[in-house]
Amino acid sequence: MPTLQNLRRGGRFRIPGDRAMPFYLFLSLLLFSTGAYYLGRKRAFAVSGGQIRNLHSLPSFYGSYTALWCILPALIVFALWVTLQPGIIVDLVVADLPPELHNLAPDRLNLVVNDLKNLVSGNFVSSTPDPAMLAAADHYRNLRTIGNAALWVVVLTLATLGIAYAWRTISPTFRARNRVEQVVNLFLIASSTIAIFTTLGIILSVAFESILFFQKVPITEFLFGLQWSPQTAMRADQTGSSGAFGSVPLFAGTLLISGIAMLIAVPIGLMSALFLSEYATPKFRAFAKPTLEVLAGIPTVVYGFFAALTVAPFIREIGTAMGLHVASESALAAGLVMGIMIIPFVSSLSDDVINAVPQSMRDGSYALGATKSETITRVLLPAALPGIVGSILLAVSRAIGETMIVVMAAGLSANLTANPLEAVTTVTVQIVTLLTGDQEFDSPKTLAAFALGLMLFVVTLILNIIALHVVRKYREQYE
Amino acid sequence: MNKPTSAASAPAILNRDIKTIVNAGLKRRHAAETRFRWYGLIAVSLGLLFVVLMFGNIISKGYPAFWQTYIQLPIKFDPAVIDPQGSRDPKTLESADYAALVRAGMRQMFPKVEGRLELRALYGLVSSNAALELQSRVLQNPALIGAEQEIWLLASADVDTLVKGNIDRSLDETERPIKDNQVGWVDKLKAAGKIEKQFNTILFSSGDSREPEMAGIRGALMGSFYTLLVTFLLSFPIGVATAVYLEEFAPKNRWTDIIEVNINNLAAVPSIVFGLLGLAVFINFFGLPRSAPLVGGLVLSLMTLPVIIIAGRAALTSVPPSIREAALGMGASKLQMVGHHVLPLAMPGMLTGSIIGMARALGESAPLLMIGMVAFIVDVPKGLMDPATVLPVQVYLWSDLPERAFVERTSAAIMVLLAFMILMNGLAILLRKRFERRW
Amino acid sequence: MSTTTLETQTALNGALNIGAETRSSQPGILVTDYNNRQTVGKITVDHPKMICREVNVYYGAKQALKNVGLDIGINEVVAFIGPSGCGKSTFLRCLNRMNDTITGCRVTGQIKLDSDDIYDKSIDVVQLRARIGMVFQKPNPFPKSIYENVAYGPRIHGMVNTKAELDDLVRASLERAGLLKEVATRMEEPGTSLSGGQQQRLCIARAIAVNPEVILMDEPCSALDPIATAKIEELIDELRESYTIVIVTHSMQQAARVSQRTAYFHLGDLIEVGETDQVFTNPKHKLTEDYITGRFG
Ligand SMILES: Nc1ncnc2c1ncn2[C@@H]1O[C@H](COP(=O)(O)OP(=O)(O)OP(=O)(O)O)[C@@H](O)[C@H]1O
Ligand SMILES: [Mg+2]
Repeated sequence: MPTLQNLRRGGRFRIPGDRAMPFYLFLSLLLFSTGAYYLGRKRAFAVSGGQIRNLHSLPSFYGSYTALWCILPALIVFALWVTLQPGIIVDLVVADLPPELHNLAPDRLNLVVNDLKNLVSGNFVSSTPDPAMLAAADHYRNLRTIGNAALWVVVLTLATLGIAYAWRTISPTFRARNRVEQVVNLFLIASSTIAIFTTLGIILSVAFESILFFQKVPITEFLFGLQWSPQTAMRADQTGSSGAFGSVPLFAGTLLISGIAMLIAVPIGLMSALFLSEYATPKFRAFAKPTLEVLAGIPTVVYGFFAALTVAPFIREIGTAMGLHVASESALAAGLVMGIMIIPFVSSLSDDVINAVPQSMRDGSYALGATKSETITRVLLPAALPGIVGSILLAVSRAIGETMIVVMAAGLSANLTANPLEAVTTVTVQIVTLLTGDQEFDSPKTLAAFALGLMLFVVTLILNIIALHVVRKYREQYE
Repeated sequence: MNKPTSAASAPAILNRDIKTIVNAGLKRRHAAETRFRWYGLIAVSLGLLFVVLMFGNIISKGYPAFWQTYIQLPIKFDPAVIDPQGSRDPKTLESADYAALVRAGMRQMFPKVEGRLELRALYGLVSSNAALELQSRVLQNPALIGAEQEIWLLASADVDTLVKGNIDRSLDETERPIKDNQVGWVDKLKAAGKIEKQFNTILFSSGDSREPEMAGIRGALMGSFYTLLVTFLLSFPIGVATAVYLEEFAPKNRWTDIIEVNINNLAAVPSIVFGLLGLAVFINFFGLPRSAPLVGGLVLSLMTLPVIIIAGRAALTSVPPSIREAALGMGASKLQMVGHHVLPLAMPGMLTGSIIGMARALGESAPLLMIGMVAFIVDVPKGLMDPATVLPVQVYLWSDLPERAFVERTSAAIMVLLAFMILMNGLAILLRKRFERRW
Repeated sequence: MSTTTLETQTALNGALNIGAETRSSQPGILVTDYNNRQTVGKITVDHPKMICREVNVYYGAKQALKNVGLDIGINEVVAFIGPSGCGKSTFLRCLNRMNDTITGCRVTGQIKLDSDDIYDKSIDVVQLRARIGMVFQKPNPFPKSIYENVAYGPRIHGMVNTKAELDDLVRASLERAGLLKEVATRMEEPGTSLSGGQQQRLCIARAIAVNPEVILMDEPCSALDPIATAKIEELIDELRESYTIVIVTHSMQQAARVSQRTAYFHLGDLIEVGETDQVFTNPKHKLTEDYITGRFG
């Protein structure tokens, strides 16, 4: 069925293939390196004088060696080029813009650049574009075409040079295998450092913006202030510090909702784990365990939808029927649904922990005449306690960091209250509201989001480290 | 060894008859046992109930969205409206006022309706998509001009909601989106067999729209596809390489300890923090475009990496050492041993872990909000750099809209999302079953 | 060797619905014969605490015990010996219904404690296990304090009403297990902080604290050094005054030292039963002889 979009597209002006160019270049590069592999192998045969025994390595290693020389340098340049080109082109185009556009404030300029890009890709934003803009778009297109052409030339030349170099180095005594293995090893080591760089990246990026924030807002106000209303700081005539950035209500709200969630998740999750591992027939367990784990696989946005559209109105209705005032975005609704989400988390972690308690403990208790529940409450649970505490800590960290449910079902205004029927806001909700929509990057409002992110990261990290440590110690005890 | 004192010096209690003592408490203890058992059963049942409730709620809300209401109207492709000059120039044909044809059709159905307000209400029964539909028909087949046809046209969302029975007719007119006269017309159309529900292809073929009846998930699906493509292409090789390095090559020292602890912690970092990382590093530092699947994929691959590494290491440890020894014994280098013997055996386990990681990435939305994949985007993205959104974010966007028709569509989008998740997890389970090996 | 006449034996067994003990073709060998299988020696005693007849145990489809019949006398120590996997533990676990906790395990036949059929519906396993204590191969103290380990049984069974009573009971049980002196000052330390031998005696104290009528021990010394073993053996000897004890052991010397009667199991069959002295010095069955002289197992 034809739709609005399809129709619009029909009338759109595009340079065919322009956008897909890097993709074709990448394909060509792959093709080149395949060719390089065969060339290298053939070369190895040739220099060996037909006697593979004379070669240091198997011919395929010479092939791989040549292919690596062909593709690696070219790929590095390619990647750099593709990431840098758009920025450079924009800079060039902006520099050539007429002064009245060029001298705009940065945020207005951003809009102009956006319009420009739309123009370039053929989306006519307004019916009659400004001639200056049209000229700039042409300029942009020209530069892009030149850049892309240069990219092709440079990359393919590099690939050919690589092949030539490898071709020349191949000789019977050349240790191609060692070279190839070196590269692979390097790749393995580099991969394993990515996780470290991710953590570093998180810490640096969040900490850097936070420091900027704390230059504008004193850290004591942020940590101990009871007022949170960042929106007031948005007005141009106000400085950042006159907005209220006290994060206590956010953390209080987060704790309230997480607390409700844990009140739901811990008893249900723990009792389910106990029932499934100690009472249930194998058949029932085989059905119930994966079914419960389905809850863990449901995207959080679905929980958010469920909370906002089904649970919250339901709770409100019940509350109203009982003569209570219930906010339509009550902490109870968000906490309740978050609790449901965390049930499988608690249950599967405690299940692991409970199963790690040796059978001999159970036997010892049963042999004394204890009933199942006595064995569970007096032997199993105390024995598994450290592990269970660890699991609960992990679940708490999960609850604190959970975003979508609260974004969709919790409130926006920072109330400092312990009443679960009122609306509260959380750290994650504020991060999302501060960072979605248009933003200037160095306003205290956006920076505040990073400061909140830093707090969130630190708190969850501490919880995780403690939890993982406790759980590991616990496991060692029974190994 | 100290001789136990004779029974006489032991407290009398040690000589009491255990049988009667135990008997006294048995009833109470068995009651406690039964109670405890019930608590457990109730807990499990509650958990299962929640599963049923969630799915029941979503499905009951969402399945009507797979059908959409259409109204059949007599349409006269009036040459005077479409192409007064008779030039058949595509430009003229494209810009003609097709809405006038629809309006004419409406007036023909209800000739008695008069007055500006009344007529506007009448025209409001049909979606603005109807004009586009006529336009495309004419563009495809200009011979239509001058003909008169009965054509099924998309009804407006309010009519759709009414036909699906989701508007309370007993409410006061001012409290419902559709007025009494409109309800009357719809009933008349229905009685005449001019209203019909057809399978909702728009939902799958178009991008987002402000009009509920024209909004689809195609754009979000493609956005998810591109994002996941990047995620997989990055996180799978890097994850496997890391797992291989840590499990097979790395010396066991402080450094690898740090990497290991780091990976475990990374797996538990809140997803929104990854979003902050993406915003600060990829967008602000490297200047990559906002809302692009490329950036989304980068962020999600950093999130998925720990999952794949952990699964990959588990898969590698389950390959027995005897296979490694056999390969090394045959003179293979360590790398050949891993590449030719260990990795193929561990691959099913790694793939299983990766698919589960991908399924999780598919459902992830919080970090993508941070990098701007939350805009209202009508166009279906065509590449990694196009502004896009993903399925879960589309759900988030729609869930905010008040129209009943969007609630329905949100639920339908969730159903599609869940179907993909089930598919992926099913695939992972299948893979695990198929290649499960006991050494 | 036997004080009862053949007639009384037959009468007793008739009442228990089993075949007669007869002189076999070989002179001087008493054989109990029922349902196509034979046990050499006299399975009955004058004052039985427990009576087992035609006990069959299946793990799923696999039969682990075949038609075992045996009496266990009051205040005697009976030792079960036999090669690994012959069903000693299985039989022991039948005696306090610990097999109930194993899924797929099925027990048929008759086991009586005094006059109660322990597999009868009217019998409560909680009460049964309180009456028949058990000590395991590997010491398994609960991850609680020494005091709490011993107090566990009395607490769950509600045997005491006051803290002072419980203190007395714990101390007396530890005393009987010969452990009090060693732990008197460290009652609050975890049970797992003791040495292996001490842990095993703690487990014995834990069992005694409930004041059971029978104590079952499954290789209680296999994880212990000779000195700790000697202590436990001494303890068993002393406990015999107040309790009936069944012990599974792989050590022939241990069986000889602590038990009055010995039963030899082989591949799920009870091959031979008799006074310990007789079984060790003069085994009647070829398999028993092979096992005892070390030619087998
Ligand atoms: N839980 C069980 N499930 C299935 N089979 C079992 C189980 N426990 C024991 N068996 C089987 O029953 C038979 C007897 O086992 P049992 O543990 O009674 O032997 P045992 O005489 O105590 O040996 P050991 O001296 O090694 O302790 C063995 O063949 C064993 O494989
Ligand atoms: Mg055994």
